[in-house]
Order: sequence, then C-alpha cells, then structure tokens
Amino acid sequence: MSLSTLTKPWEAMSYGFLDGSAKRELRRKMLKSVAVPGCQMPYASREVPMARGWGTGGLQVSLTLVNLQTRVKVIDQGADDSVNAASIRRFIARVAGTPTTMDTLEADLIQSRHRIPEEILREDQVLVLQVPNPEPLRSVQPNMSIARQMHADADYGRMWLQLYEQIVRSGRVMQGASYPSLVHGRHVMTPSPIPRWDVPKLHMAKHLTILSAGREKRIFVVPPFTRVEPLVFSDVPYKVEEHGALTCTRSGTTGFFMNEIPQDDGTSSFEISDSEWGVKTIRARDGEGENRGETWYKDGEMPQ
Amino acid sequence: MTLTLDAPRIVETRPLLEVHGVSKSYGPVQAVRNVSAHAYPGEVLGIVGESGSGKSTLLRMMNLEEIPEAGSYTLDLPDVSGNLLELDRFARRMLCATKIGIVYQNPHLGLLMKHSSSGNVAERLLVAGERSFATLRAAATEALDASEFPLDRLDAPPIELSGGMQQRVQLAKAIALEPALLLLDEPTTGLDVSVQALVLDTLKRLQQDRQITMVIVSHDLGVIRTLADRVMVMRRGEVVETGLADQIFQDPQHPYTQQLVHAKL
Repeated sequence: MSLSTLTKPWEAMSYGFLDGSAKRELRRKMLKSVAVPGCQMPYASREVPMARGWGTGGLQVSLTLVNLQTRVKVIDQGADDSVNAASIRRFIARVAGTPTTMDTLEADLIQSRHRIPEEILREDQVLVLQVPNPEPLRSVQPNMSIARQMHADADYGRMWLQLYEQIVRSGRVMQGASYPSLVHGRHVMTPSPIPRWDVPKLHMAKHLTILSAGREKRIFVVPPFTRVEPLVFSDVPYKVEEHGALTCTRSGTTGFFMNEIPQDDGTSSFEISDSEWGVKTIRARDGEGENRGETWYKDGEMPQ
Repeated sequence: MTLTLDAPRIVETRPLLEVHGVSKSYGPVQAVRNVSAHAYPGEVLGIVGESGSGKSTLLRMMNLEEIPEAGSYTLDLPDVSGNLLELDRFARRMLCATKIGIVYQNPHLGLLMKHSSSGNVAERLLVAGERSFATLRAAATEALDASEFPLDRLDAPPIELSGGMQQRVQLAKAIALEPALLLLDEPTTGLDVSVQALVLDTLKRLQQDRQITMVIVSHDLGVIRTLADRVMVMRRGEVVETGLADQIFQDPQHPYTQQLVHAKL
C-alpha cells in the first residue's frame, strides 16, 4: 500500500467549490439554526469568487446543499435573468455540475435576493435568502454585544419604538423591506430585504428557508411549519404593499407584487416582479401550455 | 353629635427602600464602604457629599446597575421580595423598568438622543410590554405634561432640546410607569439657576401630587434643602452623618458636615 493509493487523485478544486471542512461546518450550523428557529448562528464565512455583499452567504449555503441531481433556480429582485442571478446560477452549475431551471415548480433549491416566488413552495424545496444585515436590533442598539444580550432576554421592546417613531413621523409604518418578524414566538429576525408583501409567505410555510449573511457571518433558519409574525401594534394592523389592484402591462394580470416602471410622461406602468411567474402567465394567455402552480396570493389577497 | 375616636395604636410603617451594608470597590479604590440607608414611603432622602464620595455609586446600586460586593437591598413592594442583589439579569431588568425611575445628570445616559421625546417616554412602556399605539401615545403625552414639558415639542428629538427640557424628558420617562421609587442623580447640575429652580419646582410638585419615594443625590446643598426630608452626608465612601434636613442644616454635628454647611452659607 502506497501513499498514492490512499490519497485522492489531484483535483483543481473540491466538488461544489468549498472544501470539505467548510461544508461540514455550514451543515452543522444549519442544523443548529433549524433547532433554534430565527436565532442567528455565527459561522466562518469562506472566500468565494464574488465580492462580499453580493450574495456570498447565500452562495455558500447553496454550494453546501447541492448534489448532482439538485435543480437550482437563482432569483435577483424577482428576476431570473438579471446579471447577478445569471452569474450565480452559472457558477453553481459549473462547480457542482447541477442542472439549472427558471421554473419555480421544478426547482429543488432556490437562492433568492429580495423576493420569494409567487408560487407556493413545497415541502421538498429549500429557499436560500441572501441577507445583507442579519441584526434586526442594529437600528435601535448599535452595540452588538448588548444586542446579543437583548436577543437572549427576548428584550424586543425597542423594536416597537422604531415602529412608533415611523407612525409619529409619517402617520404609518414606513418599514418597506426587512420587516422585523417574530419567529416561533421567540426570536426576532430580519427576513432579509424582502418586501412586506412576502413576509406572510414565510408564516407556517411548507418549505425550509435558510437565511445567510456572508459578510456578517451569520446564518438563521425558518423551518417548515413555523410561525413568522411581523411585529405590529395591537391597534395598527400589518399591511402589505398596495399592489393587489395593479395590472401588469405585459401579461394583463392583477394581484401580484409589481415592479414600477416610470414612463416619459411622468406616469408609471407596472410589470410582475417575479419574472418567471410573468412569463408563465403570458404563455398561458397565448395558449402555450398551462403549468402554473398555486400562488400564495389569490386576487391580490393572502388567504388567512 | 358624638365623635368616636380610634383606639391609640402603634404606627408601623416599614421603610420602602432598605440598603444594608453595601460595599463596592473599583480596583484599589473603595468607592462605597459598608453603607446602609433606608427611605420610608413618600419620603425624600437626600444624599450629599463631595465628588468621589461614592454617592452616585450608591444610587447606581439602588438602580441595580452596579452590583455591590457585599450587602443586601430590599424594596418593600407587593410583588417584590428578597434581596434584589441576587436577582438574575432578566428579573433585574423587569424590576428596574416597572418599579424604579431614574434621572441622570447627563441626559445622554438616560435618553435616546435621536428618537422623538415622546418615543423616549414610550420606550419605558414598551419594555414593560405595552403594545397598543394609542395607549403609548396617550401615556407619553400625559407623562410629559406632568413633567411640564411643552406639548408642541412632543416629537422633537432630545438632541434638539435645551438642557432643562432634556431633564424634563428624562423625568417624564422615569415617572411614565408610576414607579414606587424615583432616583435622581444630580438632576439640576449643569442647568442655569433659573432653569434649575423650574426643574426643582416640577420635582416638588410631583412629589406632593404622587407621593413618590425619592432618593436625590447632589453636591448642591440648596437642591437638597429644597427637596429632601432626610439627609445623608457621605465622605470617602462612608456615611458620616444622617438626620432630618433641618437638623443637618441647622445643627451639623460632624466636622465635615459643619464645613460643608458653612461653605454653602
């Protein structure tokens, strides 16, 4: 028996780019965060060939979870075809040899920035969200050591102070994205910069959601069938964006989250933010096959 | 008409606040050495002493910010029992939020400078678990009104306010939950004399209206004389003399107190 038979043949890099120990650590941290829903777990964020702040956290989780059969979908602000989404998707496919898809129903793993797809995700799907700032208490407590103590004590009174200030100043809650939410009645998390529209999709969802911040080196999880409740005053109800009545100029449908496109004459037109859902509705309208899944929102309303 | 009188009985009022034999040192410096103090319900206890005499440390201990090395601290309140120094961090925080109010000399310690004044007061209620916007708003307005804060500046952040106004916001925050104990750490130091008089006026009126037990720390004998019923004189971490306010000011016994009173007059 010689050394050459015991060692693996030389490779330019490990499968899925990250080395074995990095993946093992990430898996352990993911399991830990599944056990304590919404609690931020620190992890050793590795270098990936992408700048910090561009989705390195989400990418590391995706690279750890994929195998040769995993169908990967990557979304950036709802779009599958934006530069960032396309680059990440191509990178995962190149280093892990995974098939890729744009169809939400076909995907096994969905890495996303800023949006959750409009079609309901299933038990067998995993959603990975890229998080720029994982600490919901940062705006009310700049000292991170004290913030961690506040998490330990479930001392979240000051989060409402932020909402109070917004109502006093503007007459309504102005928090547009990253709306702080209580997970499983214990930890307050920032659900990454998804719009208010998407937060109710996390509540008692069937799929697993993993939120990872590469620059801040924190990972937290919303396990399937877990309560996610946006923080509200008892007399000021939670409101999603008023997109329910807007009509998409390309597909003609209403009742979904829209991107606003400013026009030359000062008005705005709207198109469906989830690009793949938009493509599917256009195909269905033109009679090119019907493969639309069930959506979270029906007629612009989230059923309770 | 006959007047019926109750049979004579012994009045048994127990002190609301009792600190017994507390000590605290910072490295080689013994800040407080074996100090005991008590305050009866509705009473104002004044603590005087020069800088570094340990009076502020003692006050911070009463606010459970600082944990002494030895001694005990009890509050005689319906749902509070035992030595408060043995509470864990969580219980301590809840107790401080609901039962004790504090006004610091430096408003930066007690206030969130960039949040609105009413928000600063509301924070106190939020920590205690209030979650209704209307209630918070009403309670904040009421507390600020009680501390004679001009209500048209309700939502101005403290950083834009004058020193006297900032102290009023602190005071409103301290009394928002109607605490049993109000701690004042040099509340008027750094304010000019006329504003000082106004703030003292407010404090005196609050004390009369609500019968809150107060502990006031100051190096200014004038402030102590205006407010306190009973005075404790501290020097180098120890209590050198205690007595009724008049007693201390008219007939000081300890040479240091004599010097202090003399210097003032």
